[in-house]
Amino acid sequence: MKWDWSAVSDFMPRLLDGVLVTLQALVLGSLIAFALGLVWAMAQRSNLKVISWPVMVITEFIRNTPLLVQLFFLYYVLPEWNVTFSALVTGVIGLGLHYSTYTAEVYRAGIDGVPVGQWEACTALSLPRTRTWSAVILPQAIRRVVPALGNYVIAMLKDSPMLMTIGALEMLGQARQFSAETFQPTEPVTVIGIVFILIAYPASLLMRALERRLVH
Amino acid sequence: MSTDSSTSKETRNPAVDGTELIEFKDVTKRFGNNVVLDNLCFNVDSGKHVTLIGPSGSGKTTILRLLMTLVKPEEGTIKVAGDYLTHEQRDGKLVPASERHSREVRKNIGMVFQQFNLFPNMRVLRNITEAPVHVLGLPKDEAEQRARELLELVGLTEHIDKYPSQLSGGQQQRVAIARALAMRPQVLLLDEVTSALDPELVAGVLDVLRDIAHTTDITMLCVTHEMNFARDISDDVLMFDAGRVIESGSPEKIFSDPEHERTREFLSAVL
Repeated sequence: MKWDWSAVSDFMPRLLDGVLVTLQALVLGSLIAFALGLVWAMAQRSNLKVISWPVMVITEFIRNTPLLVQLFFLYYVLPEWNVTFSALVTGVIGLGLHYSTYTAEVYRAGIDGVPVGQWEACTALSLPRTRTWSAVILPQAIRRVVPALGNYVIAMLKDSPMLMTIGALEMLGQARQFSAETFQPTEPVTVIGIVFILIAYPASLLMRALERRLVH
Repeated sequence: MSTDSSTSKETRNPAVDGTELIEFKDVTKRFGNNVVLDNLCFNVDSGKHVTLIGPSGSGKTTILRLLMTLVKPEEGTIKVAGDYLTHEQRDGKLVPASERHSREVRKNIGMVFQQFNLFPNMRVLRNITEAPVHVLGLPKDEAEQRARELLELVGLTEHIDKYPSQLSGGQQQRVAIARALAMRPQVLLLDEVTSALDPELVAGVLDVLRDIAHTTDITMLCVTHEMNFARDISDDVLMFDAGRVIESGSPEKIFSDPEHERTREFLSAVL
């Protein structure tokens, strides 16, 4: 096996395209997962069974089926009903939706961890429901779960190559295309492995710093 | 103040003269098969300081929690300042109260908890201004002015910008008292407010409460094991046992010459 530096430099422009797609999928997917997970978690606590039950069924279903199957469904089956998204948008929705069912569990644990006395104090002060959630419960709950949420961001990063299967050319997709054309798989695949570490490790350091700041 | 746990009188007295601030009528509360309050009737007049004493599990704290609508009674009605708390009148009938109705009536009541329950994510000042701003709709500067006055009353002016975790238990409890008073409630409920404190911090909290009891016309309903404090501030003492008021009267009477054997036993155990 020979290492060919010229293949590395030939791969660079495509790598940049791939990194951009990976980061877009990661950032947008995380935002969806964080926001939607919170909606799930709060809906599951609803006193109205017509809300809490369907949400529970949907989230259990999504969590217990493979992301890959969900991506295929979104990309190949939804167009049957004339719902069509680009590969990247499909990937973002798929990642975000799938991971929202995990973040929902994280939020749930965080909300359950807020002492019951906090709810009682809110009642005693007659704070409205919305204010109770936004000013008292969620700030305390989210603080506790930042580290756990961070872990899922890293996990999403590592699942992002699945987007290749629906044609969103993130890093692995670019590497595969490049090696198919040049018959040089070693350089592009090695390079993207390094880039994954270069994204993931600082991200986990950032999460740890956030954790130190928030959890005290 | 009067107690009556015998029969349910047919009282349809709509004449609220403003003196009966709290009225429990035939209130029964069960947790499973355990009857915590048994057909309880009692009134608290406006401006009075009433202390509930009795062994653990006798239902004292449940009364405060009923008033805060943290638990709901199985039977009976509770009125606060002339309004039904757990019920509301609709088309001349008494139906379970909506959350909105309960919230309105509850605004007359403030509560201080055994475990303080301050909001750890807010500084002292915002702990006190949060509800006045977002429930009463007070302008922020007015709420902060009120908070500063109350912090002075409880002797914590210099801690205004701290987080609860930076304060001692006694200081936290005094902030909690200020937070409850900031809503200008007519009734203050005190639920074993010194039980979670280190012994040397108890006096500071009780001094603040004594001060409030003697200088304001707020009505107090107090569950405590501090019998000296109860003697100091109470107009009336109610002795509870097994979900009933077994004896009531002035603190002098209850503490020095109790009639009931059970009261004597209890007092000799705690004094």
